[in-house]
Amino acid sequence: MFNYETGIEPMEISGAEIVVRCLAEEGVEFVFGYPGGAVLEIYDAIFKQNAFKHVLVRHEQAAAHAADAYSRSSKKVGVCLITSGPGATNALTGIATAYMDSIPMVVISGQVGTAGIGLDAFQEVDMVGCSRPIVKHNFLVKDVRDLAVTIKKAFHIASTGRPGPVVIDIPKDVTINKAEFSYPASIAIRSYNPPTKGHPGQIKKAAQLIGEAKRPLIYVGGGAVQGNASEEVTELVKLLNVPCTNTLMGLGALDGTDSHFLGMPGMHGTFEANLAMQYCDVLVAIGARFDDRVISVPNHFLSQPKRIIHIDVDPSSIAKRVKVDVPIVGDVKHVLTDMIAVLKETGIRPHAEGLTDWWKQVEAWRAPKCLDYAQSEEKIKPQYVMQKLWEVTNGEAIVTSDVGQHQMWTAQYYKFRRPRQWINSGGLGTMGFGLPAAIGAQLANPDAQVACITGDGSIQMNIQELSTAKQYHTPVKIILLNNRYLGMVRQWQEFFYGNRYSETYLEALPNFEKLAEAYGHIAIRVEKPQDVEAALREAFITHKERCVLLNFITDEGENVFPMVQNGKGLNQMDLPPHMSGMQQSPNENNRDYGNLC
Amino acid sequence: MRHILSTLIENEAGALSRVTGLFSARGYNIDSLTVQATEDPTMSRMTIVTHGSDDIIEQITKQLNKLVEVVKVIDLNEAEHIERELMLIKVRATGKEREEMKRMADIFRGRIIDVTEKTYTIELTGPGEKLDAFIKALDASAILETVRTGASGIGRGERILKI
Ligand SMILES: Cc1ncc(C[n+]2csc(CCOP(=O)(O)OP(=O)(O)O)c2C)c(N)n1
Repeated sequence: MFNYETGIEPMEISGAEIVVRCLAEEGVEFVFGYPGGAVLEIYDAIFKQNAFKHVLVRHEQAAAHAADAYSRSSKKVGVCLITSGPGATNALTGIATAYMDSIPMVVISGQVGTAGIGLDAFQEVDMVGCSRPIVKHNFLVKDVRDLAVTIKKAFHIASTGRPGPVVIDIPKDVTINKAEFSYPASIAIRSYNPPTKGHPGQIKKAAQLIGEAKRPLIYVGGGAVQGNASEEVTELVKLLNVPCTNTLMGLGALDGTDSHFLGMPGMHGTFEANLAMQYCDVLVAIGARFDDRVISVPNHFLSQPKRIIHIDVDPSSIAKRVKVDVPIVGDVKHVLTDMIAVLKETGIRPHAEGLTDWWKQVEAWRAPKCLDYAQSEEKIKPQYVMQKLWEVTNGEAIVTSDVGQHQMWTAQYYKFRRPRQWINSGGLGTMGFGLPAAIGAQLANPDAQVACITGDGSIQMNIQELSTAKQYHTPVKIILLNNRYLGMVRQWQEFFYGNRYSETYLEALPNFEKLAEAYGHIAIRVEKPQDVEAALREAFITHKERCVLLNFITDEGENVFPMVQNGKGLNQMDLPPHMSGMQQSPNENNRDYGNLC
Repeated sequence: MRHILSTLIENEAGALSRVTGLFSARGYNIDSLTVQATEDPTMSRMTIVTHGSDDIIEQITKQLNKLVEVVKVIDLNEAEHIERELMLIKVRATGKEREEMKRMADIFRGRIIDVTEKTYTIELTGPGEKLDAFIKALDASAILETVRTGASGIGRGERILKI
């Protein structure tokens, strides 16, 4: 429409240009993507702009993982762009990975022209249908005039409440058609109002319950990381002087070197964290969801009476697996701030004598050092590599991982000091996540040391991303714990399938050093324990600016301990050899177990 | 236990499949589902009849609320409510059955809305049990076709579901 005031004929721009302008308005720095027919217009618009950089991955799954890790390591929304059909389906694993870990991400997928939809057009796939169960929300944009508002909504939905991926499927003709562009400054969606503040009455009740606690425990999940509540968690822990455990997704929310930190709970949790989970009398769950890998069987977990305070932004996470006494729906940061204020105002603290006894008990559980392992002169122990990595990087590196034993050893031995330092696929457990994630995290944090801990199986699931690392000069350090096995599966076969190692020995592994070199990177092979530290120093110091693959030939028979087998309780762990047969319950002289409730 | 969930949802393409997808993905039961736009054409009202333990119903309600397009969900069972279902049933109506069918329709306050020499089509509304009872009361072999909508529900009295 002609504007009579300014005398300017407003310009109509193409849908593709609108997409690019919207991303610029959102302050997007990087778009991770891969081109194809349906998104050619968008790629042409990208060519003509310089507001953001496009990162060309080598597989669409990697685009999603890189965007996801970019977000995890930066608090910003990750963005990825893929073409229709196979491009879209390739990205699904990455989208599901982000969904399971509640990562804010906007995925733009190309679609065949609106006239072709439903006619089995070339490279047509119903992306809205395919992605529906693994997104927070998705859109199919059929009219170019809806494009800008839809993109605004997508960023809003992805990043608020419990975050998650949002897919915007854009048919090709919509990227060609023209419309006036204006980007809404804010948006209100009447059907979408995520909670912020927690109910004051519930927060008071929680404080009262804490006041009755003799064996309190704080249990922190990924929600505290995604909710940026690490400071509040730390303050609460210190104010109450209560032990704290962080889940696989919550690692770093409390400094891993803090004396209140008991390690991770769950299937491969520490002795002290698991027993504290089992025998506490008041459990404060913060942005955690009592999932099966953490509490194992709900009935067994609840067989030891305990009262539970559960803080979560997503009401459907509360009372899903475990009934709780004080549910608090709200943004964890807000709720904790209010709770800390109430505790300070009222002076409410856990039962003093009870807490002293409880700490004694916890220390007794800590004493046998469940993460100790038998060091070897000949074979490299994977745990040792993790410990040395921590030392060489001063515990400061951003660490990504793949999935398997190496992931668990990283979680156990690398004491994460801050939130967003540890990036792994916890919910979906996606092998192939680590390398593209490291690239995304490095781009978000150009000055940080970034390490990708991986296995000989996992690394091969997205090894092609070595090419992306070359193109964008991301100096990530790939720590390959090469045990020639799909180690985690092998461990289960050893424990539960009579050592029948069905299809878990990886014969015909590539020459990883040559492979890395072929992609233009530096490679170091390490076979002896005494060379571990020097190799790490060479990678992180001498080759600071380069991508390095460290191929550690590790002990192939090493297992992850402790372990809570499927169906067992947290006090029925398989313990490492030096603790075999150890009692998994409180000391007798401790009072009051089971008297509450 | 059987529950009737009433839902206000944005009248947008794909909203219905999000609801049904949620039920199948999480293994919840849908006994029936009705949906139509309300007096405000941007909003649909959906009635879902489901069954499950209280815990499951609580989860269903929360999961529905979590869908971005869902504006409001209430469990009609929590207070007095009215539910109605519509059935269209085509029956054989020949010989002395013809009189009998008409009589049955009258007893159940049904209406005959289509007539041929051999058939009647009867329209019947009421709570689901009434429709069940009608079907039971007929000779099964006389029933040629039945179409039921599933229940629609509304709270009694001043109880209103609106934004
Ligand atoms: C995509 C995918 N496929 C299969 C699995 C099942 N899985 C879990 S751990 C694992 C073995 C991983 O082996 P490797 O990467 O060598 O690591 P290790 O356990 O030896 O440290 C497998 C196959 C998975 N998590 N993800």
